[in-house]
Order: sequence, then structure tokens, then C-alpha cells
Amino acid sequence: MSVLVYIDQSDNHVKKSAYEVLTYGAKLAAQMGTTAAGIILGKVNDNLAELGKYGVTTIHQVSQESLNQLDTQVAAKIIADAAQAIGATVLVFSQNHSGKAIAARVAARLKAGLVAGAAGLPDTSNGFVVKKTVFSGKAFANISINSPIKVIALNPNSISAVAGEGSATVAELNISVNAPKVTITAVNKITGEIPLTEADIVVSGGRGLKGPENWGVLLDLAKVLGAGTACSRPVGDAHWRPHHEHVGQTGVQVAPNLYIALGISGAIQHLAGVNRSKVMVVINKDPEAPFFKAADYGIVGDLFDIVPQMTAEIKKIKGIA
Amino acid sequence: MKILVCISKTPDTTTKIAFKDGNTQLDENGVQWIINPYDEWYSLVRAIELKEKDPSAIIHLVTVGGADCDPIIRKALALGGDEAFRINADSADSYFIAAQIADLANKNGYDLILTGKEAIDYNSAAIGGMVAELVGAPYLSLATLFELSGNTATITREIEGGEEVATVDLPVVVSCQKGMAEQRIPNMRGIMAARTKPLQVIEPAAVDTLTSIVGFELPPAKAGCKMVAADNVAELVRLLHEEAKAF
Ligand SMILES: Cc1cc2nc3c(=O)[nH]c(=O)nc-3n(C[C@H](O)[C@H](O)[C@H](O)COP(=O)(O)OP(=O)(O)OC[C@H]3O[C@@H](n4cnc5c(N)ncnc54)[C@H](O)[C@@H]3O)c2cc1C
Ligand SMILES: Cc1cc2nc3c(=O)[nH]c(=O)nc-3n(C[C@H](O)[C@H](O)[C@H](O)COP(=O)(O)OP(=O)(O)OC[C@H]3O[C@@H](n4cnc5c(N)ncnc54)[C@H](O)[C@@H]3O)c2cc1C
Repeated sequence: MSVLVYIDQSDNHVKKSAYEVLTYGAKLAAQMGTTAAGIILGKVNDNLAELGKYGVTTIHQVSQESLNQLDTQVAAKIIADAAQAIGATVLVFSQNHSGKAIAARVAARLKAGLVAGAAGLPDTSNGFVVKKTVFSGKAFANISINSPIKVIALNPNSISAVAGEGSATVAELNISVNAPKVTITAVNKITGEIPLTEADIVVSGGRGLKGPENWGVLLDLAKVLGAGTACSRPVGDAHWRPHHEHVGQTGVQVAPNLYIALGISGAIQHLAGVNRSKVMVVINKDPEAPFFKAADYGIVGDLFDIVPQMTAEIKKIKGIA
Repeated sequence: MKILVCISKTPDTTTKIAFKDGNTQLDENGVQWIINPYDEWYSLVRAIELKEKDPSAIIHLVTVGGADCDPIIRKALALGGDEAFRINADSADSYFIAAQIADLANKNGYDLILTGKEAIDYNSAAIGGMVAELVGAPYLSLATLFELSGNTATITREIEGGEEVATVDLPVVVSCQKGMAEQRIPNMRGIMAARTKPLQVIEPAAVDTLTSIVGFELPPAKAGCKMVAADNVAELVRLLHEEAKAF
């Protein structure tokens, strides 16, 4: 009985979401009176022993270069085999783009009950009950996993990574690796931008900005905050902003510490993608805009007047000239 | 080429979510049911487009659910598809549903299985990956483009902070999202044709359910929105910095 955490990597570096799941796995192991280990596939440039500071004792690595390109079928087999080899009974993933695909495969392979989109640690006082977001963040479901092996995929940004002291043993796992069936022929990263799902702060614009030529005020604010930028669906549909910025029920779902909505009315489908944000701020000239009902802070006014002032005030606090 | 499109029934996106029976059941009173948008707008339409290019292609639709799913599957048939299967079982959990779909797929043999990116009710984004594992096929999730040349598919998919392009030989399971296709509206001819398309109801395979719902919760009510005057932007920024500690 132990906990195994999947450590996601990209561009030869451990991803931020991995620190969250490592912290989660270590806490869960402590709660269960056992230990947690990590598993990483492929080669990375980071010092993996340092991941011990998140509370895991061992990092199992399968350092074949071919694994740096993800084929979920190959990865799932390795992780499932590793779990069985080391006797892990709970597997933890991030519910991020790759994690959700692998977790589902591993769960089916091990015939393990899956909670995908977990919002916190399980309640193990009577069984094994995990809270998960459902109905696009409009509610939670408490789900009991009844199988001997359990798989949890944790929503990004639902717990903070906690680094303490400690170092992990890094061990190469001797496991057979199948040839991939998927060939990745190109990777196009949007450079110079903060990936939306990883951003601590998101500044988002709606139809209230009137046109793509007006995005300067929003980008300035995002820049001083080090924020990712997002938009409402009609803005994406009108090609004022790229599609990958569209947040909401039918777009990207985000859960940053701070979400700032500029000129967005707050339709239910928009809120479904952003309502897991810790703090929501709304700037809208219409006092009746539904977004104010969901927000924590708001100003009724013209965003073109207010946003530059916000940028200036934040610069003052941050000591930026 | 045989294509299987997985169709799920979900509450309309504007549904106000409420629960009953001590928060153990969704209150279905007044809920409008729709085809899960990702299934309707992207996976189904892309399958139809593939058949338009290659008329010899056969499209099967599948849903796992009770008779209450029939209007949904008929609506999907009105958009396109040759034949539908309803596996007659109440929803249990993602694994149960995936195992039913995989069972059908293993019997019929499909070159391409399409799902939506996620069901907008339980948001697990799990069924595609599970089906792929159970049929032993590769799985490409969050696809925004799908092109086929002979037996090889070229798929563009979203990754964190960008996209990647992958090639893979059929059979493959793909989860679809925005970019794959443009939403279509069923026309009168499609609606008429859907009435006579075969809809087979089949009994479920024996599959364990691995999880169960203990109950639901609504998020705690917000304390309310703290309003700041438009001429006091400095105060808003101070609150965000000092009170909310948001930056
Ligand atoms: C099935 C379905 C799925 C959908 N999915 C999504 C989704 O994923 N994401 C999404 O965003 N939408 C989605 N929508 C659309 C959604 O219903 C709304 O239409 C959309 O969110 C509105 O976008 P908006 O707030 O930018 O525009 P509007 O509703 O037009 O709001 C613009 C706002 O800007 C304010 N404004 C105007 N000028 C100024 C100014 N100078 N200063 C300050 N404020 C100003 C106005 O008061 C108004 O509130 C979906 C709809 C459907 C039917
Ligand atoms: C632990 C758990 C317990 C549940 N218990 C109950 C219950 O007791 N009663 C109840 O009514 N519901 C229950 N449900 C809900 C029901 O099973 C969900 O509709 C189902 O799980 C699909 O949601 P998902 O998030 O797993 O789908 P996802 O994995 O997000 O769906 C992805 C795609 O899979 C396909 N798909 C999804 N569902 C179906 C389907 N039914 N048929 C065909 N294709 C499909 C679609 O293409 C969809 O786009 C439960 C769900 C969970 C997670």
C-alpha cells in the first residue's frame, strides 16, 4: 500500500502542476500512514532528487529518450506496471492536458476507480471519498472509490505546492517499454505567453473592449501583473483574439488566484470556465451585468478609463517605473 | 472505413443546477437535455465530413443510457450517421460507460472512434482514454484538427501552452474540441431520414462499477461583491493587494 504520483514534464523540465500533485500525494500518504513516490518518463534536465522537498521518498524514472514524446498507450502501460511492481494502491495525476488522458487509460488498465477532476484530499475516515467538480464548476460531487486500486486526477491550481526539506532517491525503473504508435511531427508553443491553465493571474476581455485594436490596455495590465490573457467566446469567434484564449464552458477552464474580467457580461457559460478562480474582479459599465453576482470585487465604470489607472497603481505598488 | 461516434446526453449549458433527496440526486425538474456540445458540434460533424469525402464510410453512433436518451440519439441521427446503438443501462460511472462502448467496439471493429473533449455534466474527460485502453488503440485527446490520408491520420491537438501535430495509423480514438468542425443545424430532410434509421437497443455487458456518488454539494455562496467607486481605482488595487493578497 503506497501512493504513486505521475510527474509530468515538457521541454525537459518538470511542470509546475507536478509540484502540486507531489504535495498532494505526500499529504495523502501521510493521511494513509504510508509513503509516496513519484514516477517520471523520459529525460529531464532538472535535479530529480530535489523533488523530495515536496515529501516524496523515491522518484522512479524510466529515462528513455523516446518517452519525452508522449504516447498515452505506452505511458499508461509503464505506469500501471510500475504501480503493480512497487505495490502502489493510489495513483495521482494532474487533471491537465496529458494527465487526464493517461489517468483514464491507467484506471481502465488496472480496473481502478477514477476520480478525474478532484478538488481536494480524500476523506479516508470511512472509506475513500474524493470531492470533484461537476457541472463545469457549478457543483461538487463526493465520490466513493470502491475498488482496491484508486486513481485520482487533481484539478490544476486546487492545492498549493508546499516545498520543505528533503531529498528523494532517484531510481531507474527496469520496465519493458513498447514502441510508440504515435509520432509527433511538430510542436508549436506560443512563445512569450504564460500558458493559461498554469497562470496564477488571468486578465480576460469581452465584447466590451469593442475591437481587437483596443487590447493594448488589457495587455498592459496583464504585463505588470505577469498574467495570462484570456477572452470570452464571442471575442474568440470574431477572431479579435486567438481561439486558445477563449475561456468558459466550451473553452479553456481556468482556476487562477486572480481573474480580472474586463467588459465581460458574465453569462453562465462564461462563468462555468472561470468560477473556480479564488478571487474574481469585474470591471463593467453596466451595474446589472450578471458577473457582479459571481465576483468578489467590482467597479461599475468604463474600462478604458479604469484599466490604465489600475495598471498605474499596480506599478506604484510593485515599484515599477 | 467504420467510424463510431460516442454521444452523451447532458443538461443544457444554461441549466441552474439543484439537487434533491438530501443532495444525492440531480433535480431534473425543468432541465432541458441536449447532446453534449462537444459531441454534437465537433466529433459528429467531423465524422459526417469524412463520410462526405468518402461515401463508403459507415458512421455508427452509440450512447449508453436509458430510453430517455432516444430523443437525443434521434437528433444526432438527424445531423448524420447511418445507424445508432443505445446500450440500455443507467449511467453508473465513467468506467462502466467506457467498458460498454469498448465491448461494442470490440464486436464491430472500428477504424476511428470519436468522443467529445469532455461531457459537460461530470467533466471527467475520461471516457475516450478508457475506451482506447480497453480496445488497445492509441488515444489522441483534445484534437482541434483531424485529416486522413489512406490509413494514416494527422491530428493537431492542444497541449499546455500550444499545440502539437501527431501522425498515427488507424485504428485510433480521438477526443474532439473546437476547431475540428463547424456546428451544423439538422435540416428537414435529415430529421425525416432519422426516423427510419436503425436504432438498436442492446443490453449492457456485465461490468463492475468502481465508484459511487455519495452526494453533491453546491459551492459556498460568495460573500457578495465588494463594490468600489469608479473614481477610487487606487482603493480597488489596495484591496486586491492587501486584503485579497491576490498579487
Ligand atoms: C452552448 C453555449 C456555450 C457557450 N460557451 C461559452 C464559453 O465557453 N465562453 C464564453 O465566454 N461564452 C460562451 N457562450 C456565450 C455566452 O452565452 C455569452 O454570449 C458570452 O459569454 C458573452 O460574451 P461577452 O461577455 O464578451 O459579451 P457581452 O455579453 O456582449 O458583454 C459585453 C459586456 O461589456 C460591457 N461593456 C461594454 N462596454 C464597456 C466599457 N467601455 N467598459 C466596461 N464594460 C463595458 C457591457 O456592459 C457588457 O456587460 C456560450 C453560449 C452557448 C449558447
Ligand atoms: C463516479 C460517478 C458516478 C456516477 N453515478 C451516476 C449515477 O448514479 N446516475 C447517473 O445518472 N449518472 C451517474 N454518473 C454520471 C454519468 O455516468 C456520466 O454521464 C458519465 O460518467 C459521463 O461523464 P464523464 O465525465 O465520465 O464523461 P467524459 O469522460 O467527460 O466524456 C467524454 C466523452 O465520452 C462520451 N460519453 C460520455 N458519456 C457517454 C455515454 N453515456 N454514452 C456514450 N458516450 C458517452 C462523449 O463523447 C463525451 O464527450 C456518475 C458519474 C461518475 C463520475
